[in-house]
Amino acid sequence: MAKTDIIIHDKKDNVGVIVVEKVSKGQDCGCWIMENDASNNIKSEAEIPLGHKIALQDFKEGDTIIKYGHDIGKVVKSIKKGDHVHVHNVKTKKW
Amino acid sequence: MDIPKSFLGYKRENGRAGTRNHVIILPVDDISNACAEAVSNNIKGTIALPHSYGRLQFGADLELHFRTMIGTGKNPNVAAVIVIGIEPKWTKRIVDAIAKTGKPVEGFSIEGVGDIETIAKVSKKAQEFSMWASEKQREECPISDLWISVKCGESDTTSGLASNPTVGNLMDKLEPLGVHLCFGETSELTGAENVCAKRGKTKEAQDKFMKTWSSYNDFILKEATNDLSESQPTAGNIAGGLTTIEEKAFGNFQKIGSREFIDVLEPAEEPSKGKGLYFMDTSSAAAECVTLQAAGGFNIHLFPTGQGNIIGNPIEPVIKLTANPLTAKTMSEHIDLDVSKILSREMNLDQAGDELIKATLKVANGRLTCAEALGHKEFVMTKLYRSA
Repeated sequence: MAKTDIIIHDKKDNVGVIVVEKVSKGQDCGCWIMENDASNNIKSEAEIPLGHKIALQDFKEGDTIIKYGHDIGKVVKSIKKGDHVHVHNVKTKKW
Repeated sequence: MDIPKSFLGYKRENGRAGTRNHVIILPVDDISNACAEAVSNNIKGTIALPHSYGRLQFGADLELHFRTMIGTGKNPNVAAVIVIGIEPKWTKRIVDAIAKTGKPVEGFSIEGVGDIETIAKVSKKAQEFSMWASEKQREECPISDLWISVKCGESDTTSGLASNPTVGNLMDKLEPLGVHLCFGETSELTGAENVCAKRGKTKEAQDKFMKTWSSYNDFILKEATNDLSESQPTAGNIAGGLTTIEEKAFGNFQKIGSREFIDVLEPAEEPSKGKGLYFMDTSSAAAECVTLQAAGGFNIHLFPTGQGNIIGNPIEPVIKLTANPLTAKTMSEHIDLDVSKILSREMNLDQAGDELIKATLKVANGRLTCAEALGHKEFVMTKLYRSA
């Protein structure tokens, strides 16, 4: 089994979670999709710590982040594939 | 894994079983704390449950106070109860309700007597209760005597990925064996409320859930000065990688596995529809939530954490698990079960669920939890609004 750096809950998700201490900028990361046990790879565009999210695609302002197969918030600043996704570029739709 | 069909518990007069055998000194109100603590200091084998409220409360807030007091006394982890209040009326109301379980309970009031004489009188009775309770032996009880509550805290993305689904896996395996289960945290289901409502077994349960959640959400929208982004997710959640309340909610929701809930309980309400999963309307603050669940009659608690919440409860043992490898390492004295190997894919959820069942039964049989060994006994009353 290839090393898993990133776990993705659902195949519909457009973000994944770092499950190693961190990934470095430019690193070729192994992803595992829990729902269908599929694997793939993504190049990280930033240093991202354990538990934080990585963009699996490019996003523009107003796009929706999908995790667990569900809407978890809106993009407030454009994000490139492989970048760190967090409070600096994503916000809740609730308040 | 073959799941054991029984555990060693304390059989109570009303047919319930406890995982612990506490003698509690329960103050009705804040000003009776000193007396209660003096007695528990005098008499070994007793524990005082000091708290901040119980005076001039009214309406639904007062009812919740009584329900929490009475439910705590009725909990099967409690062998015997002493209730101390400033005046006799409210004290008697609590004593009479606890007495219905058949367990030894006695009330005392301080007004007109003073602390010192009360402490002397209560200590005599507490000694009698403590020595009586110490004779109780653990006996074989069916696993269906376990009432398991769950709540997560200091969550991060590892909670939603692994530790919460581990609890969900346990629920999926134990519910068919007839246990009672309870989840809560009304506020932290925000963002997943519609998905959660669909898990109601009946239309009635679904509607009751949406009514409960909406009432909470209306309150938040009324009281909030700007938005809740400063409080939900918490700073700890954000440090752990959680970005929005929706993300936190879907992670939280993993704790119930694929179960459906049969009813929605008021805070501290005892379930009345038999075995199965219940939702209780609670705050998401850890100590408040567990205190309410214990008052609802739950006798063992599972608490997944990401960044490392350290909570315990005086009467309901709190078992902590984490999937965060850093937390498992840096806060090991607080973690009863480390499931971080799920993230490195050296352990799957099925195996983690089995490990959690084993850990739960060990604690049910008497093994101390980390929180018990460290002396965590957070007893926190939920207050609905200011007093008169």
